[in-house]
Amino acid sequence: MTKKVRVLIAKPGLDGHDRGAKYIARALKDAGYEVIYTGLRQTPDSIVATAIQEDVNFVGLSLLSGAHKELFPKIVELLKENKADDIIVFGGGVIPDRDISFLKDNGVKAVFTPGTPIADVISFIEAQ
Amino acid sequence: MELVEEILNGDFRAIAKAISMIENDGSEKEELIDRIYPKCGRAVVWGITGPPGAGKSTLVDKLIEQERINGKKIAVIAVDPSSPFSGGAILGDRLRMQEHATDPGVFIRSMASRGHLGGVAGATTDAVKVFDAAGFDLIIIESIGVGQTEIEIIEVSDIVILVLVPGMGDEIQALKAGVMEIGDIYVINKKDHDGADKLEAEVNYMLSLKEGDQTKNPVLLTSAIHNDGIKNLISEIQIYLKNIQESMELQKKRKTRIKQEIKQIFSGKIMYEINKKINTEIMEEWAEAIYNGDISPYSFINKKVQTFLKEQK
Ligand SMILES: Nc1nc2c(ncn2[C@@H]2O[C@H](COP(=O)(O)OP(=O)(O)OP(=O)(O)O)[C@@H](O)[C@H]2O)c(=O)[nH]1
Ligand SMILES: [Mg+2]
Repeated sequence: MTKKVRVLIAKPGLDGHDRGAKYIARALKDAGYEVIYTGLRQTPDSIVATAIQEDVNFVGLSLLSGAHKELFPKIVELLKENKADDIIVFGGGVIPDRDISFLKDNGVKAVFTPGTPIADVISFIEAQ
Repeated sequence: MELVEEILNGDFRAIAKAISMIENDGSEKEELIDRIYPKCGRAVVWGITGPPGAGKSTLVDKLIEQERINGKKIAVIAVDPSSPFSGGAILGDRLRMQEHATDPGVFIRSMASRGHLGGVAGATTDAVKVFDAAGFDLIIIESIGVGQTEIEIIEVSDIVILVLVPGMGDEIQALKAGVMEIGDIYVINKKDHDGADKLEAEVNYMLSLKEGDQTKNPVLLTSAIHNDGIKNLISEIQIYLKNIQESMELQKKRKTRIKQEIKQIFSGKIMYEINKKINTEIMEEWAEAIYNGDISPYSFINKKVQTFLKEQK
Protein backbone atom coordinates (compact mmCIF):
# COMPACT_ATOMS: atom_id res chain seq x y z
CA MET A 1 0.00 0.00 0.00
CA THR A 2 1.19 3.48 -0.75
CA LYS A 3 0.50 6.87 0.69
CA LYS A 4 -2.67 8.44 -0.64
CA VAL A 5 -3.26 12.13 -1.10
CA ARG A 6 -6.30 13.26 0.89
CA VAL A 7 -8.15 16.45 0.04
CA LEU A 8 -10.97 18.19 1.89
CA ILE A 9 -13.32 20.07 -0.39
CA ALA A 10 -15.30 22.50 1.72
CA LYS A 11 -17.76 25.29 1.15
CA PRO A 12 -17.58 28.07 3.68
CA GLY A 13 -20.02 30.94 3.56
CA LEU A 14 -23.69 31.15 2.93
CA ASP A 15 -24.24 30.60 -0.77
CA GLY A 16 -26.32 27.58 -1.63
CA HIS A 17 -24.63 26.26 -4.74
CA ASP A 18 -22.34 23.29 -4.59
CA ARG A 19 -22.22 22.22 -8.19
CA GLY A 20 -18.70 23.56 -8.61
CA ALA A 21 -17.51 21.90 -5.41
CA LYS A 22 -19.06 18.58 -6.37
CA TYR A 23 -17.54 18.80 -9.82
CA ILE A 24 -14.05 19.31 -8.45
CA ALA A 25 -14.56 16.58 -5.86
CA ARG A 26 -15.39 14.10 -8.61
CA ALA A 27 -12.51 15.22 -10.80
CA LEU A 28 -10.04 14.80 -7.94
CA LYS A 29 -11.43 11.36 -7.20
CA ASP A 30 -10.88 10.43 -10.85
CA ALA A 31 -7.32 11.67 -10.48
CA GLY A 32 -6.83 9.10 -7.71
CA TYR A 33 -7.21 11.25 -4.61
CA GLU A 34 -9.33 10.57 -1.56
CA VAL A 35 -11.75 13.46 -1.34
CA ILE A 36 -13.70 14.32 1.78
CA TYR A 37 -16.78 16.30 0.93
CA THR A 38 -18.66 18.11 3.68
CA GLY A 39 -21.44 20.01 1.97
CA LEU A 40 -22.69 23.55 2.17
CA ARG A 41 -22.31 26.34 4.71
CA GLN A 42 -19.35 25.15 6.72
CA THR A 43 -17.86 27.44 9.34
CA PRO A 44 -14.09 28.00 9.46
CA ASP A 45 -14.05 26.11 12.77
CA SER A 46 -15.76 23.05 11.36
CA ILE A 47 -13.56 23.08 8.25
CA VAL A 48 -10.40 23.14 10.35
CA ALA A 49 -11.65 20.48 12.77
CA THR A 50 -12.54 18.29 9.80
CA ALA A 51 -9.18 18.83 8.12
CA ILE A 52 -7.42 17.72 11.30
CA GLN A 53 -9.56 14.65 11.98
CA GLU A 54 -9.36 13.55 8.37
CA ASP A 55 -5.60 14.22 8.26
CA VAL A 56 -5.85 15.77 4.81
CA ASN A 57 -2.92 17.12 2.85
CA PHE A 58 -5.00 19.83 1.19
CA VAL A 59 -8.05 21.92 1.91
CA GLY A 60 -9.81 23.22 -1.18
CA LEU A 61 -12.26 26.04 -0.46
CA SER A 62 -15.01 26.88 -2.86
CA LEU A 63 -16.95 30.08 -2.56
CA LEU A 64 -19.29 32.14 -4.67
CA SER A 65 -20.69 34.64 -2.23
CA GLY A 66 -17.74 37.01 -2.07
CA ALA A 67 -16.75 36.60 1.57
CA HIS A 68 -13.46 34.97 0.57
CA LYS A 69 -11.38 37.87 1.92
CA GLU A 70 -12.51 37.15 5.46
CA LEU A 71 -13.12 33.41 5.35
CA PHE A 72 -10.05 32.07 3.51
CA PRO A 73 -7.44 33.83 5.69
CA LYS A 74 -9.44 32.92 8.79
CA ILE A 75 -9.14 29.24 7.92
CA VAL A 76 -5.40 29.57 7.28
CA GLU A 77 -5.04 31.26 10.65
CA LEU A 78 -7.06 28.62 12.50
CA LEU A 79 -4.96 25.86 10.97
CA LYS A 80 -1.86 27.60 12.25
CA GLU A 81 -3.38 27.98 15.72
CA ASN A 82 -4.02 24.25 15.74
CA LYS A 83 -0.45 23.45 14.66
CA ALA A 84 -1.77 22.17 11.36
CA ASP A 85 -0.23 24.72 9.03
CA ASP A 86 1.43 21.94 7.07
CA ILE A 87 -2.00 21.49 5.48
CA ILE A 88 -2.06 23.39 2.19
CA VAL A 89 -5.02 25.66 1.49
CA PHE A 90 -6.21 26.52 -1.99
CA GLY A 91 -9.33 28.25 -3.14
CA GLY A 92 -11.67 28.57 -6.03
CA GLY A 93 -14.67 30.59 -7.06
CA VAL A 94 -15.53 33.93 -8.54
CA ILE A 95 -12.62 35.88 -7.13
CA PRO A 96 -11.53 39.20 -8.62
CA ASP A 97 -7.90 39.49 -9.73
CA ARG A 98 -7.11 42.18 -7.18
CA ASP A 99 -8.10 39.83 -4.34
CA ILE A 100 -5.95 36.96 -5.51
CA SER A 101 -2.65 38.47 -4.40
CA PHE A 102 -4.26 39.47 -1.10
CA LEU A 103 -5.29 35.85 -0.51
CA LYS A 104 -1.86 34.55 -1.48
CA ASP A 105 -0.24 36.98 0.94
CA ASN A 106 -2.51 35.53 3.58
CA GLY A 107 -1.45 31.95 3.20
CA VAL A 108 -3.73 30.67 0.44
CA LYS A 109 -1.35 28.74 -1.76
CA ALA A 110 -3.29 28.95 -5.02
CA VAL A 111 -6.51 30.43 -6.32
CA PHE A 112 -8.44 28.99 -9.24
CA THR A 113 -11.04 31.08 -10.98
CA PRO A 114 -13.97 29.62 -12.94
CA GLY A 115 -12.89 28.08 -16.21
CA THR A 116 -9.53 26.89 -14.89
CA PRO A 117 -8.95 23.46 -16.41
CA ILE A 118 -9.06 20.75 -13.78
CA ALA A 119 -5.65 19.60 -14.99
CA ASP A 120 -4.19 22.81 -13.55
CA VAL A 121 -5.57 21.97 -10.12
CA ILE A 122 -4.14 18.47 -10.35
CA SER A 123 -0.71 19.64 -11.42
CA PHE A 124 -0.78 22.15 -8.54
CA ILE A 125 -1.46 19.29 -6.11
CA GLU A 126 1.17 17.09 -7.69
CA ALA A 127 3.76 19.86 -7.48
CA GLN A 128 3.51 20.18 -3.70
CA MET B 1 7.45 6.98 19.99
CA GLU B 2 6.09 10.37 20.90
CA LEU B 3 2.94 9.64 18.94
CA VAL B 4 1.97 6.90 21.39
CA GLU B 5 1.95 9.30 24.35
CA GLU B 6 -0.10 11.80 22.42
CA ILE B 7 -2.65 9.19 21.39
CA LEU B 8 -3.03 8.02 24.96
CA ASN B 9 -3.63 11.65 25.92
CA GLY B 10 -6.43 11.76 23.37
CA ASP B 11 -4.72 14.32 21.09
CA PHE B 12 -6.80 14.61 17.90
CA ARG B 13 -3.94 15.46 15.55
CA ALA B 14 -1.95 12.45 16.80
CA ILE B 15 -4.92 10.13 16.45
CA ALA B 16 -5.48 11.34 12.89
CA LYS B 17 -1.81 10.88 11.99
CA ALA B 18 -1.79 7.40 13.51
CA ILE B 19 -4.77 6.34 11.42
CA SER B 20 -3.06 7.59 8.26
CA MET B 21 0.03 5.65 9.22
CA ILE B 22 -2.11 2.53 9.55
CA GLU B 23 -3.89 3.20 6.25
CA ASN B 24 -0.58 3.68 4.46
CA ASP B 25 0.78 0.54 6.09
CA GLY B 26 3.81 2.50 7.27
CA SER B 27 6.81 0.74 8.73
CA GLU B 28 6.07 2.08 12.22
CA LYS B 29 2.54 0.74 12.26
CA GLU B 30 3.34 -2.51 14.01
CA GLU B 31 5.27 -0.86 16.81
CA LEU B 32 2.50 1.69 17.26
CA ILE B 33 -0.21 -0.94 17.60
CA ASP B 34 1.87 -3.08 19.94
CA ARG B 35 2.56 -0.07 22.14
CA ILE B 36 -1.06 1.06 22.46
CA TYR B 37 -2.52 -2.44 22.70
CA PRO B 38 -2.26 -2.72 26.49
CA LYS B 39 -4.59 0.29 26.75
CA CYS B 40 -7.26 -1.26 24.53
CA GLY B 41 -10.37 -3.19 25.48
CA ARG B 42 -12.57 -0.56 27.07
CA ALA B 43 -14.51 0.74 24.08
CA VAL B 44 -17.71 -0.74 22.73
CA VAL B 45 -17.97 -1.06 18.94
CA TRP B 46 -21.26 -0.66 17.08
CA GLY B 47 -21.35 -1.62 13.42
CA ILE B 48 -23.92 0.04 11.15
CA THR B 49 -24.63 -1.53 7.80
CA GLY B 50 -27.38 -1.71 5.20
CA PRO B 51 -28.07 -0.94 1.55
CA PRO B 52 -26.91 2.30 -0.08
CA GLY B 53 -29.03 5.30 0.87
CA ALA B 54 -30.87 3.55 3.71
CA GLY B 55 -30.02 6.42 6.03
CA LYS B 56 -27.02 4.94 7.85
CA SER B 57 -25.08 8.21 8.11
CA THR B 58 -28.17 10.16 9.15
CA LEU B 59 -28.83 7.54 11.81
CA VAL B 60 -25.24 7.71 13.04
CA ASP B 61 -25.59 11.48 13.29
CA LYS B 62 -28.59 11.07 15.58
CA LEU B 63 -26.97 8.28 17.59
CA ILE B 64 -24.01 10.59 18.24
CA GLU B 65 -26.35 13.36 19.34
CA GLN B 66 -28.11 11.11 21.82
CA GLU B 67 -25.02 9.38 23.17
CA ARG B 68 -23.33 12.75 23.69
CA ILE B 69 -26.23 13.66 25.96
CA ASN B 70 -25.48 10.41 27.76
CA GLY B 71 -21.94 11.68 28.29
CA LYS B 72 -20.02 9.35 26.00
CA LYS B 73 -16.92 10.17 23.98
CA ILE B 74 -17.57 8.91 20.48
CA ALA B 75 -15.45 8.02 17.46
CA VAL B 76 -16.90 7.25 14.05
CA ILE B 77 -15.21 5.38 11.21
CA ALA B 78 -17.18 5.86 8.00
CA VAL B 79 -16.12 3.62 5.14
CA ASP B 80 -16.78 4.37 1.47
CA PRO B 81 -15.53 2.47 -1.57
CA SER B 82 -12.38 3.38 -3.50
CA SER B 83 -12.73 3.53 -7.25
CA PRO B 84 -11.20 0.39 -8.75
CA PHE B 85 -10.14 2.49 -11.75
CA SER B 86 -8.46 5.54 -10.29
CA GLY B 87 -7.93 4.41 -6.69
CA GLY B 88 -9.57 7.67 -5.65
CA ALA B 89 -12.69 8.02 -3.55
CA ILE B 90 -15.37 10.46 -2.54
CA LEU B 91 -15.93 10.17 1.16
CA GLY B 92 -19.33 11.70 1.79
CA ASP B 93 -20.72 10.03 4.90
CA ARG B 94 -19.56 12.70 7.30
CA LEU B 95 -21.57 15.29 5.40
CA ARG B 96 -24.56 14.13 7.47
CA MET B 97 -22.63 14.35 10.72
CA GLN B 98 -20.98 17.74 10.34
CA GLU B 99 -22.95 19.22 13.22
CA HIS B 100 -20.57 17.33 15.48
CA ALA B 101 -17.39 18.38 13.67
CA THR B 102 -16.25 20.81 16.35
CA ASP B 103 -17.42 18.81 19.36
CA PRO B 104 -14.26 17.88 21.33
CA GLY B 105 -15.98 14.65 22.41
CA VAL B 106 -16.53 13.44 18.85
CA PHE B 107 -13.98 12.29 16.28
CA ILE B 108 -15.18 11.41 12.79
CA ARG B 109 -12.86 9.73 10.33
CA SER B 110 -13.75 8.85 6.75
CA MET B 111 -11.97 5.85 5.33
CA ALA B 112 -11.70 4.58 1.77
CA SER B 113 -11.79 0.82 1.27
CA ARG B 114 -8.59 0.90 -0.84
CA GLY B 115 -9.43 -2.31 -2.58
CA HIS B 116 -10.30 -4.23 0.56
CA LEU B 117 -13.42 -6.31 -0.01
CA GLY B 118 -15.95 -7.03 2.69
CA GLY B 119 -17.49 -3.62 3.33
CA VAL B 120 -14.87 -2.18 5.66
CA ALA B 121 -11.30 -1.03 5.05
CA GLY B 122 -8.16 -3.01 5.76
CA ALA B 123 -7.22 -0.34 8.29
CA THR B 124 -10.52 -0.41 10.18
CA THR B 125 -9.56 -2.91 12.90
CA ASP B 126 -6.36 -1.12 13.82
CA ALA B 127 -8.05 2.29 13.70
CA VAL B 128 -10.54 0.95 16.25
CA LYS B 129 -7.60 0.16 18.54
CA VAL B 130 -6.28 3.71 18.22
CA PHE B 131 -9.65 5.18 19.25
CA ASP B 132 -10.01 2.65 22.03
CA ALA B 133 -6.59 3.45 23.46
CA ALA B 134 -7.26 7.18 23.09
CA GLY B 135 -10.15 6.89 25.52
CA PHE B 136 -13.26 6.85 23.32
CA ASP B 137 -16.13 5.02 25.01
CA LEU B 138 -18.06 4.23 21.87
CA ILE B 139 -16.79 3.54 18.37
CA ILE B 140 -19.33 3.49 15.55
CA ILE B 141 -18.37 1.95 12.21
CA GLU B 142 -20.48 2.73 9.15
CA SER B 143 -19.73 0.15 6.49
CA ILE B 144 -20.12 0.41 2.74
CA GLY B 145 -23.72 -0.17 1.66
CA VAL B 146 -24.11 -3.91 1.53
CA GLY B 147 -24.60 -6.25 -1.35
CA GLN B 148 -24.09 -9.97 -0.96
CA THR B 149 -20.60 -10.21 0.38
CA GLU B 150 -19.92 -7.11 2.40
CA ILE B 151 -20.33 -8.76 5.75
CA GLU B 152 -16.99 -8.17 7.41
CA ILE B 153 -18.67 -5.67 9.69
CA ILE B 154 -19.54 -8.61 11.98
CA GLU B 155 -15.86 -9.28 12.46
CA VAL B 156 -15.09 -5.77 13.66
CA SER B 157 -18.06 -4.91 15.85
CA ASP B 158 -19.60 -6.03 19.13
CA ILE B 159 -23.05 -5.51 17.72
CA VAL B 160 -24.34 -5.09 14.16
CA ILE B 161 -27.24 -2.81 13.37
CA LEU B 162 -28.68 -3.59 9.96
CA VAL B 163 -30.55 -0.62 8.50
CA LEU B 164 -33.27 -1.33 5.95
CA VAL B 165 -35.80 0.90 4.23
CA PRO B 166 -39.27 0.32 2.83
CA GLY B 167 -39.63 0.25 -0.91
CA MET B 168 -36.55 -1.82 -1.61
CA GLY B 169 -38.75 -4.15 -3.61
CA ASP B 170 -36.86 -7.26 -4.53
CA GLU B 171 -33.79 -6.10 -2.75
CA ILE B 172 -34.80 -7.76 0.47
CA GLN B 173 -34.97 -10.94 -1.54
CA ALA B 174 -31.40 -10.44 -2.70
CA LEU B 175 -30.24 -9.47 0.72
CA LYS B 176 -31.70 -12.57 2.30
CA ALA B 177 -28.88 -14.67 0.91
CA GLY B 178 -26.32 -13.69 3.48
CA VAL B 179 -26.50 -10.13 4.53
CA MET B 180 -29.98 -10.41 6.00
CA GLU B 181 -28.57 -12.73 8.63
CA ILE B 182 -25.86 -10.48 9.96
CA GLY B 183 -28.01 -8.12 11.98
CA ASP B 184 -28.13 -8.26 15.76
CA ILE B 185 -30.66 -5.47 15.64
CA TYR B 186 -32.81 -4.68 12.61
CA VAL B 187 -33.74 -1.08 11.99
CA ILE B 188 -36.39 -0.14 9.48
CA ASN B 189 -35.55 3.46 8.78
CA LYS B 190 -37.67 6.01 6.89
CA LYS B 191 -40.75 4.78 8.66
CA ASP B 192 -42.30 8.00 7.38
CA HIS B 193 -42.38 6.25 3.99
CA ASP B 194 -45.10 3.84 2.92
CA GLY B 195 -44.47 0.17 3.42
CA ALA B 196 -42.57 0.27 6.70
CA ASP B 197 -45.12 -1.97 8.43
CA LYS B 198 -45.02 -4.47 5.61
CA LEU B 199 -41.24 -4.62 5.71
CA GLU B 200 -41.35 -5.02 9.48
CA ALA B 201 -43.63 -8.01 9.08
CA GLU B 202 -41.35 -9.50 6.42
CA VAL B 203 -38.26 -9.13 8.55
CA ASN B 204 -40.01 -10.62 11.56
CA TYR B 205 -41.13 -13.54 9.44
CA MET B 206 -37.64 -14.08 8.12
CA LEU B 207 -36.22 -14.00 11.63
CA SER B 208 -38.80 -16.52 12.84
CA LEU B 209 -37.31 -19.01 10.37
CA LYS B 210 -33.86 -18.61 11.80
CA GLU B 211 -32.84 -21.65 13.78
CA GLY B 212 -30.60 -22.29 16.73
CA ASP B 213 -30.20 -18.66 17.64
CA GLN B 214 -30.39 -18.00 21.38
CA THR B 215 -30.59 -14.22 21.42
CA LYS B 216 -33.69 -12.49 20.16
CA ASN B 217 -33.12 -9.94 17.41
CA PRO B 218 -35.19 -6.79 17.89
CA VAL B 219 -36.83 -5.19 14.86
CA LEU B 220 -37.31 -1.44 15.30
CA LEU B 221 -38.75 1.40 13.30
CA THR B 222 -37.00 4.76 13.03
CA SER B 223 -37.16 7.95 11.09
CA ALA B 224 -33.61 9.23 11.34
CA ILE B 225 -34.15 12.64 9.76
CA HIS B 226 -36.98 13.30 12.21
CA ASN B 227 -34.97 12.01 15.15
CA ASP B 228 -37.75 9.53 15.78
CA GLY B 229 -37.15 6.16 17.46
CA ILE B 230 -33.50 6.88 18.28
CA LYS B 231 -33.77 6.68 22.07
CA ASN B 232 -35.61 3.40 21.78
CA LEU B 233 -32.91 2.06 19.44
CA ILE B 234 -30.18 2.99 21.89
CA SER B 235 -31.95 1.31 24.79
CA GLU B 236 -32.44 -1.86 22.71
CA ILE B 237 -28.72 -1.79 21.84
CA GLN B 238 -27.85 -1.54 25.54
CA ILE B 239 -30.17 -4.41 26.45
CA TYR B 240 -28.78 -6.57 23.66
CA LEU B 241 -25.19 -5.87 24.69
CA LYS B 242 -25.99 -6.65 28.32
CA ASN B 243 -27.61 -9.94 27.30
CA ILE B 244 -24.73 -11.13 25.16
CA GLN B 245 -22.29 -10.11 27.85
CA GLU B 246 -24.15 -12.16 30.45
CA SER B 247 -24.39 -15.15 28.14
CA MET B 248 -20.64 -14.82 27.39
CA GLU B 249 -21.48 -14.49 23.72
CA LEU B 250 -19.77 -11.10 23.55
CA GLN B 251 -16.55 -12.47 25.01
CA LYS B 252 -16.68 -15.30 22.50
CA LYS B 253 -17.20 -12.83 19.67
CA ARG B 254 -14.22 -10.78 20.74
CA LYS B 255 -12.00 -13.84 20.91
CA THR B 256 -13.14 -14.92 17.46
CA ARG B 257 -12.27 -11.46 16.25
CA ILE B 258 -8.74 -11.76 17.61
CA LYS B 259 -8.43 -15.20 16.05
CA GLN B 260 -9.46 -13.87 12.64
CA GLU B 261 -7.12 -10.98 12.96
CA ILE B 262 -3.99 -12.87 13.93
CA LYS B 263 -4.73 -15.47 11.29
CA GLN B 264 -4.79 -12.71 8.72
CA ILE B 265 -1.57 -11.13 9.96
CA PHE B 266 0.12 -14.50 10.09
CA SER B 267 -0.88 -15.59 6.61
CA GLY B 268 -0.09 -12.12 5.29
CA LYS B 269 3.45 -12.40 6.55
CA ILE B 270 3.89 -15.92 5.22
CA MET B 271 2.56 -14.80 1.85
CA TYR B 272 5.08 -12.01 1.86
CA GLU B 273 7.91 -14.52 2.30
CA ILE B 274 6.49 -16.73 -0.41
CA ASN B 275 6.08 -13.86 -2.82
CA LYS B 276 9.72 -12.97 -2.31
CA LYS B 277 10.58 -16.48 -3.52
CA ILE B 278 8.31 -16.65 -6.49
CA ASN B 279 9.53 -13.61 -8.30
CA THR B 280 8.88 -13.45 -12.03
CA GLU B 281 12.37 -14.63 -12.94
CA ILE B 282 12.00 -17.91 -11.11
CA MET B 283 8.48 -18.34 -12.41
CA GLU B 284 9.69 -17.94 -15.96
CA GLU B 285 12.38 -20.52 -15.41
CA TRP B 286 9.83 -22.96 -13.99
CA ALA B 287 7.33 -22.30 -16.75
CA GLU B 288 10.04 -22.85 -19.32
CA ALA B 289 10.91 -26.24 -17.84
CA ILE B 290 7.29 -27.31 -17.77
CA TYR B 291 6.65 -25.94 -21.24
CA ASN B 292 9.51 -27.99 -22.62
CA GLY B 293 7.92 -31.08 -21.13
CA ASP B 294 11.00 -31.89 -19.05
CA ILE B 295 8.82 -32.40 -16.01
CA SER B 296 5.16 -32.56 -14.94
CA PRO B 297 3.65 -29.69 -12.96
CA TYR B 298 2.52 -31.41 -9.75
CA SER B 299 5.60 -33.47 -9.04
CA PHE B 300 7.74 -30.48 -9.90
CA ILE B 301 5.87 -28.09 -7.60
CA ASN B 302 5.73 -30.62 -4.78
CA LYS B 303 9.51 -30.84 -4.89
CA LYS B 304 9.79 -27.07 -4.84
CA VAL B 305 7.46 -26.87 -1.84
CA GLN B 306 9.60 -29.39 0.04
CA THR B 307 12.71 -27.34 -0.69
CA PHE B 308 10.98 -24.15 0.39
CA LEU B 309 9.85 -25.63 3.70
CA LYS B 310 13.32 -26.99 4.39
CA GLU B 311 14.82 -23.59 3.79
CA GLN B 312 12.52 -22.06 6.39
CA LYS B 313 13.78 -24.28 9.20
N1 LIG C 1 -37.77 10.35 4.46
C1 LIG C 1 -36.67 10.02 5.13
N2 LIG C 1 -35.46 10.24 4.57
C2 LIG C 1 -34.37 9.89 5.27
C3 LIG C 1 -34.43 9.32 6.56
N3 LIG C 1 -33.19 9.06 6.98
C4 LIG C 1 -32.35 9.48 6.00
N4 LIG C 1 -33.06 9.98 4.96
C5 LIG C 1 -32.54 10.53 3.71
O1 LIG C 1 -32.02 9.48 2.92
C6 LIG C 1 -30.91 9.93 2.15
C7 LIG C 1 -29.70 9.04 2.37
O2 LIG C 1 -29.29 9.16 3.71
P1 LIG C 1 -27.83 8.76 4.20
O3 LIG C 1 -27.83 8.92 5.68
O4 LIG C 1 -26.80 9.45 3.44
O5 LIG C 1 -27.84 7.22 3.80
P2 LIG C 1 -26.63 6.16 3.86
O6 LIG C 1 -27.23 4.83 4.13
O7 LIG C 1 -25.60 6.64 4.81
O8 LIG C 1 -26.09 6.24 2.38
P3 LIG C 1 -24.70 5.64 1.81
O9 LIG C 1 -23.64 5.88 2.83
O10 LIG C 1 -24.49 6.41 0.56
O11 LIG C 1 -24.95 4.19 1.56
C8 LIG C 1 -30.67 11.37 2.58
O12 LIG C 1 -31.25 12.22 1.65
C9 LIG C 1 -31.37 11.46 3.92
O13 LIG C 1 -31.80 12.77 4.21
C10 LIG C 1 -35.74 9.11 7.13
O14 LIG C 1 -35.90 8.63 8.25
N5 LIG C 1 -36.81 9.48 6.37
MG1 LIG D 1 -23.55 6.97 4.48
